[in-house]
Amino acid sequence: MDTPNTLNYMLAGYLIFSVTFFGYLVSLWVRWQGLQAEEKALQEVENQE
Amino acid sequence: MSTQPRALVALNVVSLLLLAASYYASLVYAPLEAVMGAVQRVFYFHVATAWVGMIGFVLAAVAGILYLWKKDLKWDEISVAAVEISLVFFFIAIVLGSIWARPIWGTWWTWEPRLTTAAILEMVYLAYLLLRQGVEDPEKRARFGAVYTLLGGISVPVTFVSIRIFRTIHPVVIGSGSAEAQGGFNMAPAMLQTMFFAIFAFSIIFVTIFWHRMRLSALANRVEQLKLKVME
Repeated sequence: MDTPNTLNYMLAGYLIFSVTFFGYLVSLWVRWQGLQAEEKALQEVENQE
Repeated sequence: MSTQPRALVALNVVSLLLLAASYYASLVYAPLEAVMGAVQRVFYFHVATAWVGMIGFVLAAVAGILYLWKKDLKWDEISVAAVEISLVFFFIAIVLGSIWARPIWGTWWTWEPRLTTAAILEMVYLAYLLLRQGVEDPEKRARFGAVYTLLGGISVPVTFVSIRIFRTIHPVVIGSGSAEAQGGFNMAPAMLQTMFFAIFAFSIIFVTIFWHRMRLSALANRVEQLKLKVME
């Protein structure tokens, strides 16, 4: 029995894994940056008062 | 993320190396499966992501119990972090399974017991994150979350054992499954090693991401406290 050519499915699987996994890591980083900027701005307001 | 503890920096490096090694083991080290071809290689990441997804949902249920016992909001934050990360991993596991199923079963999706319980599990925890947002009071939200993760946790063992107790076409690679299973294969030693290595690697990666997610929660709390202080 010949081995079927299912390479495209494998590539699609690893591509989707990579995009979802690293996409989530980027979302964590973006949220962190946003909160840090907010914290800095609030600290400045607090210091001015 | 700035000013990370040294242990976390070390975990970042170890996790990246483990991820790279998992790619290598799955794509190069493990032999080509003769009957299914290259698509069988998604199996290693499919199993590993499903594993850490389920572990995270169990962790959320344990944190829920501890919240109800201790009434400390820290346990609620642990629940949310665990569920959020597990949702991502479990989503990947479902999609990888679907991609594997297309050439092997001839369909992207079928409502058989494992796929159905997995889809329900994912939706139960997606609803958890959405419904939490509707509760303003942190104590009430945490209490609701704790009870929800406890009840939701029931679907984890149901999903896990579904391929062993129901008639299903989903293969069981370790142990014996349903006689109607399609797409099962005998694991060569290198395949078995790759599978266990991927499970180990993704467990460490989960710990690393979980630590980052908890730091994010701590920062969000600090910002919330500052907002209240400034508004006074």
